[in-house]
Amino acid sequence: MGIDVGSVSTNLVLIDPEGELYLSPLYLRTQGQPIAVVQQGLALMEERLSSEDRICGAGTTGSARSLAGVLVGADIVKNEITSHAVAALREVPGVRTVIEIGGQDSKIIILRNGIVVDFAMNTVCAAGTGSFLDQQANRLNLSIEDFGDIALDAKNPVRIAGRCTVFAESDMVHKQQMGYALSDIVAGLCEALVRNYLNNIGKGMDINPPVIFQGGVAANAGICAAFQEALQTEIIIPRHFDVMGAFGAALLARDHIVEQDGKTKFRGFGVTSLEFQNTSFICQKCPNACEIIEIKQEKDILARWGDRCGRWTVVEAEAKDSQPVKA
Amino acid sequence: MKITYPHMGHLYIVIRALLTNLGLDVVLPPATSRRTVELGVRHSPEFACFPFKLNMGNYLEAKEMGADTILMAGGVGPCRFGYYAQVQQQILKDLGIEMEMVVLEPPDVSFREVKDKIRYLIGDLSWWQVIKATRFAWCKARAIDTVEEKLLYLRPRVIEPHKLERYFREALQEIDTADNRRAVQQVVRSFLKKSEMMPQHSREPLRVGLVGEIFTVLEPFANYDLEKRLGLLGVDVTRSIWLSAWINEHLLGGLLRIRHECVHDKRLAAPYLNSFVGGHGKETVGCTVGFAQRDYDGVIQLAPLTCMPEIVAHSVFPAISKDYEIPLLTFYLDELSGEAGIQTRLEAFIDLIAAYSRNKEGVL
Repeated sequence: MGIDVGSVSTNLVLIDPEGELYLSPLYLRTQGQPIAVVQQGLALMEERLSSEDRICGAGTTGSARSLAGVLVGADIVKNEITSHAVAALREVPGVRTVIEIGGQDSKIIILRNGIVVDFAMNTVCAAGTGSFLDQQANRLNLSIEDFGDIALDAKNPVRIAGRCTVFAESDMVHKQQMGYALSDIVAGLCEALVRNYLNNIGKGMDINPPVIFQGGVAANAGICAAFQEALQTEIIIPRHFDVMGAFGAALLARDHIVEQDGKTKFRGFGVTSLEFQNTSFICQKCPNACEIIEIKQEKDILARWGDRCGRWTVVEAEAKDSQPVKA
Repeated sequence: MKITYPHMGHLYIVIRALLTNLGLDVVLPPATSRRTVELGVRHSPEFACFPFKLNMGNYLEAKEMGADTILMAGGVGPCRFGYYAQVQQQILKDLGIEMEMVVLEPPDVSFREVKDKIRYLIGDLSWWQVIKATRFAWCKARAIDTVEEKLLYLRPRVIEPHKLERYFREALQEIDTADNRRAVQQVVRSFLKKSEMMPQHSREPLRVGLVGEIFTVLEPFANYDLEKRLGLLGVDVTRSIWLSAWINEHLLGGLLRIRHECVHDKRLAAPYLNSFVGGHGKETVGCTVGFAQRDYDGVIQLAPLTCMPEIVAHSVFPAISKDYEIPLLTFYLDELSGEAGIQTRLEAFIDLIAAYSRNKEGVL
């Protein structure tokens, strides 16, 4: 099983021992409640499984990977970049460029001969990510699903200032007031976002085909066409483009279990009915005033993080350090 | 006179030893914390570099503790550091804060000026006292570097890295309080002995070189504990810049001959970067090439956001990366850097260099 808990969506996938997707993936909205959504996802998964099915390993990724890892008892907790690269390689073995645009981040991964040689993530700006598109579709009274297709109808895409979401928005308002056709504005926005992506994240990168485009935004035909136009190459959209992170995490978990020849640490579907509390408190020991996050299951502390000095995490880590390794 | 100075990593220990032995009343600002950042950011220009803002925060916190004089280093060349002291002085004045600032420019620029300033600080103490105090402070600087180098080497290797960290903290504190050279050396010996006896993993860790602007490399607060993060991820980190080397070069005018890889590596900057670009731009390029030649698995560059010398250095990275087939990663840091983003990129970078090094072995 692979679980990808991101800022906007949480995805769960199951794979069989051959690495093929088993059952259909789950695509849920995180809505700022990672614990609840993971529990909900597991409950939904359990309903679909038959009694013979067994989870042999679990991997987590995404910005809440540590939290999700603690909750479900993951065998492997992996960063999004590696997970996405692994999944992309599985879908298109000779892939050399991976473009990934998700809810709040976007990345580019450059691969050569099946290994990652370079990558970049947006660090300061969320212009051009899914959330922004969502918001703009809302403002234009379009459903996000239609947004991309409308762009395809454009005859003369308008040039929109895409460097910054705030400026992009005011520029769009301006173009609307001028009386440009909606489809031209939408197409212009798609082009602006692609330009922004290539200038920021893709800066200095050697973008070579095959190029694959994944993440939630890959569903947007307008953006995809704009990439095709800008890069002058075919853009491949993998079958499970929107759950590639979770798919990669599942593949990594499978490899990990096979390599270690081990038993999974997966805590089972019982997790869904357990009561988890995540509390946070501000440490007063020094002026850093770190916010410590504590995950509790009933009375037991599962994990703590958030401190700079290690005062809180260390208590646990040292306890773990000195525990005999379980066979 | 109650004298204070800004923080930079563990430099405070060295300066404290020096100033106290010169008979000065030292007020050390509290360790740089989020409060320091808040204070500093509030009173600094937004596009000033991160170290500038932290300095400001340090002064203001020291002022609260009663300091009235600031000791600050100066500089010449294209890096903005050379103007820090002057601008900071002006900001303090505008805030209505009365603090005197004594700026020590590099001695190779004007030895006489440095001499006069030191004379001003120490009153009628003899030059022999100054030499003695300097030697003692120097001994502490070397001691700190020795234990820290060991920490970096052992952190990815020992089974209980958190315990090692604690030993290191204790050793630092003991070095700080030690009042004679023998005691300092005793602390170092006991730390080395204790840490070397800790049980280790059998695997050989990946090796990463750390280059970049000195403040962000030396100050764990400014680099979001990057060395620790790497160490806990099982990576052996080698720094290109050490405290003692910096003191020797900038405060003592290169008086002492210490063996240091990086001094030589600076020459390796050509043909990628042939001229002096200010700050540590040339060292960054040279050391990166040096690490590549010594078969490191990767190099990470650290710089404050908008740092000109490091941006210049960064711009030649693709060429070095291509020529030596070594993965390079750059972080520009300031108070707005996201911790999650740093951790994610670090983890991904380590996966990348691990795959790289496996691949290399396969080819050979």
